Amino acid sequence: MTRHLKRAALALLLVLLAPTMPAVAADTRRSGFDDMSSQIQAMQRDDAANPAMLWLQDGAATWQRDCASCHRDAAVSMRGVAARYPAFDDKLQRPVTLAQRITLHTKPLAVESEALLGIESFVAFQSRGMPIAPPADARLQPFRERGEQLFRRRMGQLDFSCAQCHDDHAGQRLGGSTIPQAHPTGYPQYRLEWQAMASLQRRLRSCMNGVRAEPFAYGAPEFVELELYLAQRAAGMRLEAPAVRP
Amino acid sequence: MTRALVTMPATAKRGDVVEIRTLIAHPMETGYRPGEDGAVLPRNLIRRFTCHYDDVLVFSAELFPAVAANPFIAFSTVATASGTLRFSWTGDNGFTQTETVSLTVT
Amino acid sequence: MKRRELLGAAIGLAGVVQWRPANATAEELAAAIAAFAGGVPVRNGRVEIDIAPLVENGNTVPITVRVQSAMSEADHVKAIAIFNESNPQRDVANFYLGPRAGRATVATRIRLATSQNLVAVAKMNDGSCWSQTVDVLVTLAACVEP
Repeated sequence: MTRHLKRAALALLLVLLAPTMPAVAADTRRSGFDDMSSQIQAMQRDDAANPAMLWLQDGAATWQRDCASCHRDAAVSMRGVAARYPAFDDKLQRPVTLAQRITLHTKPLAVESEALLGIESFVAFQSRGMPIAPPADARLQPFRERGEQLFRRRMGQLDFSCAQCHDDHAGQRLGGSTIPQAHPTGYPQYRLEWQAMASLQRRLRSCMNGVRAEPFAYGAPEFVELELYLAQRAAGMRLEAPAVRP
Repeated sequence: MTRALVTMPATAKRGDVVEIRTLIAHPMETGYRPGEDGAVLPRNLIRRFTCHYDDVLVFSAELFPAVAANPFIAFSTVATASGTLRFSWTGDNGFTQTETVSLTVT
Repeated sequence: MKRRELLGAAIGLAGVVQWRPANATAEELAAAIAAFAGGVPVRNGRVEIDIAPLVENGNTVPITVRVQSAMSEADHVKAIAIFNESNPQRDVANFYLGPRAGRATVATRIRLATSQNLVAVAKMNDGSCWSQTVDVLVTLAACVEP
């Protein structure tokens, strides 16, 4: 078949098929995973090589010692939990992150401590592969809206909003790196820059430092609201926790 | 509590080359990095890693500051007989950690 | 020690200041390789370095070194050494194998202070030494925290 005939045949085929093809907009969202080099992707995929697994191992031991008596097998009791956080806490009458939920009923665990990151990784791991599923809880709506406002608010000496880089310029390059869309698909994660495990809040604080803004304190309501908005923005994307990022 | 992870098969056929991957939690502080107050953080490294197969040294490594934190070392060994593999990390400030894994060879 | 502190501070600032003449590190690299090889001439070949040509973050760079060898009693790799050109010191890691290794392949993760050459040298049981050199580009995170 000549090239011209092939093209004509293809065009005809498409015209004939058009009415049967559903008009679905392609999901253009990308996890930070997709923006990484194949070597770092391989590091995340391989549980024998992913440094985050060290924290997971720690978390598994903590679970056995402190949580299993009530929550039994985490693979059953914690399945899907991390995927629906932040969630509304009835007692506090406000949304809380997974880390806050954990510390609310355990002995006090310091923010960003190895112990807390370990147990948070272990719980998040039970949702690995599941879609991010923010709860359809109407009480979360005002907090979520405030989170979106924060995402669009210019801040810092550089006067950038999150949206300017991560919505408008995602995929373009800043220095040597690709600007990610900034979906929280892998937290807690091992970040190569810190050579340590960290929570989403630590990453948000460092973003604020990056635009030369005074970062909100750990646990600040602004962070919970931002996390709530980010989860909604990433709804349906696969949870990769615990991830590796550059 | 120092965490170490050794990944290798539990069984192998005699003569098979067994792949071993190890990970250990350690900051591998280079001794070149300034801390938040500007003073250089003291060197704190894992210096040596060894693997003994039934008490025979089959692999070892010397690590320097250029090895990344939470060191990952992957290597291989020939499955000779059922036995115990002993992995040992030693370093500055009296650091020492040992993990043992049994290998069944058919 | 003052020189090292300064170099360490420069690297810590996520910027690279080449205040030492380039020759100095190239000479040190040659000396480190020669010391490892025990004076034996080092030939190019048999060694393969597997590393990303462009590195997103120099803190943790995966590297695999493979040496062509039967790993038999008669012909095997005794040691593999990795050297760098522009970190504060030339050594990266030394691995000691032998016929019980089965395969002359080792992997680890290293730190690269800046874009530079990396050399892997393999010492064989017959005394011969082989090497490969690669040039790695290291990019810095754009959104740098102060």
